[in-house]
Order: sequence, then C-alpha cells, then structure tokens
Amino acid sequence: MISLKDLYQGFRDPDIIKSLATEIAQLAKQLPDKINIMEVCGGHTHTIMKYGLSQLLPDNIEFIHGPGCPVCIMPKERIDHAAALANRPKTILVTLGDMIRVPGSNGSLSQFRAKGCDIRPIYDPLDTLTIARENSDKQVIFFAIGFETSTPMTAVLIDQAEQQGIDNLFFHINHVLVPPAIDAVMADEKVKVNAFIGPAHVSVISGAKVYRSAVERYHTPVVISGFEPVDVMQSILMIVKQKVASSAKLENQYSRSVTEEGNLGAQALIDRYLSVRPSFRWRGLGPIPESALMLKPEFSHRDAELLFKQDLPHQEIDDHKACQCGDILRGLCKPKDCKVFGRGCSPETPLGSCMVSSEGACNAYYRYNGVT
Amino acid sequence: MQKNNAKQVQLSHGGGGKEMNRLIKEIFFNAFDNPILRSEEDAAVLHFDGNLAFTTDSFTVAPLFFAGGDIGKLSIAGTVNDLAMMGAEPQYLSCSFIIEEGFAIESLKTIVSSMASELKKSSARIVCGDTKVVPKGCADGVFINTSGVGRILNSGISVKNLQLGDKIIVSRDVGRHGAAILMARESLALESELTSDCATLWPIVEQLIAANIDIHAMRDATRGGLSAVLNEWASASEVGIEVIEDAVPVCDAVKGLCELYGFEPFDLANEGTFILAVPDASVEATLEIMQRFCHCEQSAVIGQVTDTRQGKVVLQTPCGSQRYLDVPQGELLPRIC
Repeated sequence: MISLKDLYQGFRDPDIIKSLATEIAQLAKQLPDKINIMEVCGGHTHTIMKYGLSQLLPDNIEFIHGPGCPVCIMPKERIDHAAALANRPKTILVTLGDMIRVPGSNGSLSQFRAKGCDIRPIYDPLDTLTIARENSDKQVIFFAIGFETSTPMTAVLIDQAEQQGIDNLFFHINHVLVPPAIDAVMADEKVKVNAFIGPAHVSVISGAKVYRSAVERYHTPVVISGFEPVDVMQSILMIVKQKVASSAKLENQYSRSVTEEGNLGAQALIDRYLSVRPSFRWRGLGPIPESALMLKPEFSHRDAELLFKQDLPHQEIDDHKACQCGDILRGLCKPKDCKVFGRGCSPETPLGSCMVSSEGACNAYYRYNGVT
Repeated sequence: MQKNNAKQVQLSHGGGGKEMNRLIKEIFFNAFDNPILRSEEDAAVLHFDGNLAFTTDSFTVAPLFFAGGDIGKLSIAGTVNDLAMMGAEPQYLSCSFIIEEGFAIESLKTIVSSMASELKKSSARIVCGDTKVVPKGCADGVFINTSGVGRILNSGISVKNLQLGDKIIVSRDVGRHGAAILMARESLALESELTSDCATLWPIVEQLIAANIDIHAMRDATRGGLSAVLNEWASASEVGIEVIEDAVPVCDAVKGLCELYGFEPFDLANEGTFILAVPDASVEATLEIMQRFCHCEQSAVIGQVTDTRQGKVVLQTPCGSQRYLDVPQGELLPRIC
C-alpha cells in the first residue's frame, strides 16, 4: 500500500535541498543583476517560510511574496457581505475554515458567530449539501472563496445542488484568477519583480498555458513549481539558469501534476456555471478587470449577491491610509518600511491584506524576521 | 433500595431529591468509593503536612468517546497530570458533572467507569463532587470539572527555572491526542489506528523524583502542544530555546493528518506527553528511567536552552535553516479537551 509520506519524502530530502542550494549559489555568481522572484501563490510562501529557504540563497536572489492568498486579498466589503448574509434570519452561512478569522469592517465571521449567527466553517464544500438537506426550513449560503484550485469544488457543489434539486442552497461567489493578478503586479513601471514561480495546484486545473502571455508580455521567466522544498529550490535553479542565459520562457518543474492544457473536465464544469466578472476589487491591489468569477445569469436563482441584494452593504472600504500592502506586493518596499508595521498593524489586528493570514508577506515577516 | 431504571438522565436527576440521590449512589459512589466520600458530609475533611499543589480543569471534549480514551479518562488524567508536573503526589480530587437532559445513563456509566480505572494509576481519590442537570441544548452531552490537591515532593520545578545549557526532553511522539480527536470528528471521515496518548503520568514522575533527578521544569503539552509549552518556558525564564526539528518524534499517522490539513504536529494537543528541562548531567539517568515505561520508549532530547534570542524558540530545520517555532494562533482545534 502506498503511504502518504512516500509521495513527498524525496521532495524534502535535506541533502538534495543543500546540493541545489550549492548549485544555485555557484551559478548565481554569473548573474548580471539581482533576481526578485515573486512566488504568486501563498502555498509557496508557506514552504519558503517553513523550510527557511531564503537563508539558503545568495544575496542576489530575493523573494517577493505575491498576492496568491485567497483570504488576504478579500476586500473588507466582501467580508461585510458574508456577515450581512449570516445576520439574516433563518440563514446558515457556510465557508472554508480560514475565512472566519479575517476581520471585516464590523468584525470577523468568528465574532459574528459568537454573537449568535449560524456560521459553519467546513473542509469539504460538499458537506454543504448535507447541511442544506438537514435544514430545509433555512436558507443555506455557501460563501465561495479561492483561486482556480478551489473553484472546481464550488462548481461540483452547484452541479449537485441543481441535479438533486436542493432549492435552499445559495452561492456568494468570490473566486479569483491568478493571471490577471500577475498583470496587475506588472502594470506598475517601478515594479521590481523580474521572475515568477508559478502556482502548483492552480496550474493543475488551469494548465501551464495560462502563463504564456505573461512570459511574452513582460519578458520574464515563469517556472511552475510544486509545493515541496526540493520543488521550490529546483525551480529557483531553473530561473537562475534562464537569467544567466538571458532567456525568458515558461517552464514546468511540477510536471508530475501539471500539463499544458490542465484539467479539462474541471474547466468544463466551471464554464457551465460560472463566468468572468467585469471587475473585482482586490485588497491591496485595487480593482482588477476580469480577475474573478460570478454565477452565470441562468443560475441567478442561486445567486445570493442578487437575491439578497437589499441586505448587502454597497460601500467599498479601503485599507488604512498608512498601509503599504500594494507596494509590498509589487516589491517596491519591504514590510519593515511600512510605518504601521508591528505598531498599529499586527496579526491580531491587521490593517492591511499582507498581515491577515500566515501566507501574507507582513504576517510572515512579523513572525519570522530576525532569526538570522 | 429502588433501582434506577431510567435510560436517560432527566432534569429531576439534578433536582436534589430522591432521583438525584439514587443516581449519585448507584453510579458515582459505587465507582469512586472511599471512606471520605462515604461520610457524605457537606465538605470533605482533609489532613495535610507541608506544601500543597492545587489545580482545576474543565473537560468539554467532542466527541466524548475517542480512540484511546473518553472524557472520563481525560478528566482524571488531566488533573492528576497537572499535579504531577509540579512534582506533587496527587491525593484528593473533586469532581463536578454538568449533564445535558436526555444523556444516556449507559454512557454516563461508561464514563464514570473510565474515571475509576484511571484513578487506580495514582494514589488520588475523589472525595467530593456535585451533579447538575441542565435542559436539553444547554450543554453538549456532559461536561466534567475536576480539581485536585497533592503533596509537593519535589519543590523548585517551575516555568521560570530553565537554566542555560539545560536539555529539553520530550516523553514520546507528539500530537496524538489532537490528531485522534480530529479523526474522530464525523466531518473528517478518516480511518486510522491512531489512538490518543491520554495517560496518567504520575507513575513515571514518581520514579524520576525517587531517583533525585534535578528537574528544572516539567509540563504536559496539552492545548497548544509542544509549541505552546516551549514558548511559555522561553518567555517565563527569559532564555532562548533551540529545537532540532528532526529529533522530535512524530508518528506516521499524525504526520499524514498534518499533511492533509496543513497542521503542524508541534501545535497539536497531547494528553499524556510531557516535556522536561534537566541539566546536561541528568540527561542519561532521566532517559534511562523514562524508557522503562512503554509509552515513553521514544523519549528523546529535542533541544537545549541557549542565551540567544531571549523569549524565542528557534527550530533548526534538517536542511540547515532556522525558523521561529511560534505559538499556535486562532481556532485550530476547538473544544478538544
């Protein structure tokens, strides 16, 4: 029988990590300029922090932690939507675990739950079907969040609700897309990012093809990487090799899971139920055109944003004026350059997106900075 | 005396009348019998010499029954362990039940019987107690509070007593209780042979004290796990603690669960795993005694006390980098003990 640890063991081997670090350090001596690598995805940020990978790299290679944490990029007004929905009578709000910690303008969902709202964090979105079936006298609203990785699970849930005729299940869709976020980061002329580590599981769904335009448009390497430390170190080596050769191409380090076309079945199911929104406001980056999804009009009978519109606040809520998350996400400054970092803004009371979750740059600096 | 034929606990069982008397006598007195309890006075009369340790804990675990234990076993082991960790011999316990109306009498009997068999593992006796029944929906099955006092045999054990150069020892593999509870929850639907580490630690602590081991600090790694204990120590003793990640024993099932759910074994709760700080010279003797006990076969040195980065715990990763071992935050494991 295959055991879980067989799947990752080689990819955490300290000796392989160390030998990759040595090879990177050797080759990096030939680099004409510093490389500022953005790992777009929060999962990579987590790996970099957990294994202390930046300590194994030479000074001319630096990470810029990107906007790929679905919890971090949710603007306050969307969290206020969730709170307003949960506050409705005879309503159960269901969402993925992490979301309930994030503060909106009137508090986090866990605080609303303590006030008596029925808010249920789940691990498997399909559990929502059971909740809806067992509470047929209530309206059950699935507050859907996440990048391309978690979108198929929402699509399956909508599909099952339709097929099984579960009429009391509604959706508030906040699914966002990685490629438009890369465009938003690169739009600033001062941006320092000059290489990308492409997301792992997002790419399993969307395929490697979605990054081709970014490679061409910004003439920057994109290496799709797995989440284990050996994956990340190998991807960095691939980026350094490209930079030394002055090339910029799309490479797929995570070839054991990612294909050019991606998961076509999942893509088809998403297309059946969801379409691209004209614009979505990202916390820290502002409005980005065509960067998120919404329910298609033919499924408006399940769209909580339309059906309960009268209950939802309309005002956009910006982060604190002193917050520099936007610049931090573009690599223009470091968390410690921000005036409120560690003073007014901490993981317990985040003022901006990067401090919200453990995958955010400021949060990571707050907890880990100063070890070496 | 008329037998208690009810299959469920009713509000009348907490009413102070005949039904309550029957419930107490049949279930609690039978299981916990001792002369002080039997005297049925308003308060237990106790006699002590010397310094005492006194502790209390409430138990609200969901589910009530899990692989390796139940709320009854936890409620005894938890309080007895808190006394043992202060170098105190557990002597007298109180025990209060808050029971939800409709709770099955059979389940209550099972829980009480677990408590009785766990009591046999130390010299502790239950000498007073209380029972309340609350209307359906006002509690989740049963809540238990136990308080305990014990005679201090080894003074000086303290969170403030870590000294430069002390070695940090963990008694066994970490994270089992938290992982077993998570697996027992219906929503996770996992199958594994993993059991909770829930156990009374007094027998092993008694041996360490008898051997005159110079214990500087000792704590069971309950909620917040290994991370919480080490951070509390570093902060209270104003020292740094360095931990070798590879040296911390973790079983495969716990590793697997952590992979699936993104947890750290260091953050998961334990109920029969403890951490010690002893001077370098005592390490060999400590491990020799600990490894005589079957649940401590994996006991190991996992790190040491340093004078750098005061108040912080630094983990040395196998690949040669370092990171802070942080205190777990937020709602990782609601209501597991």
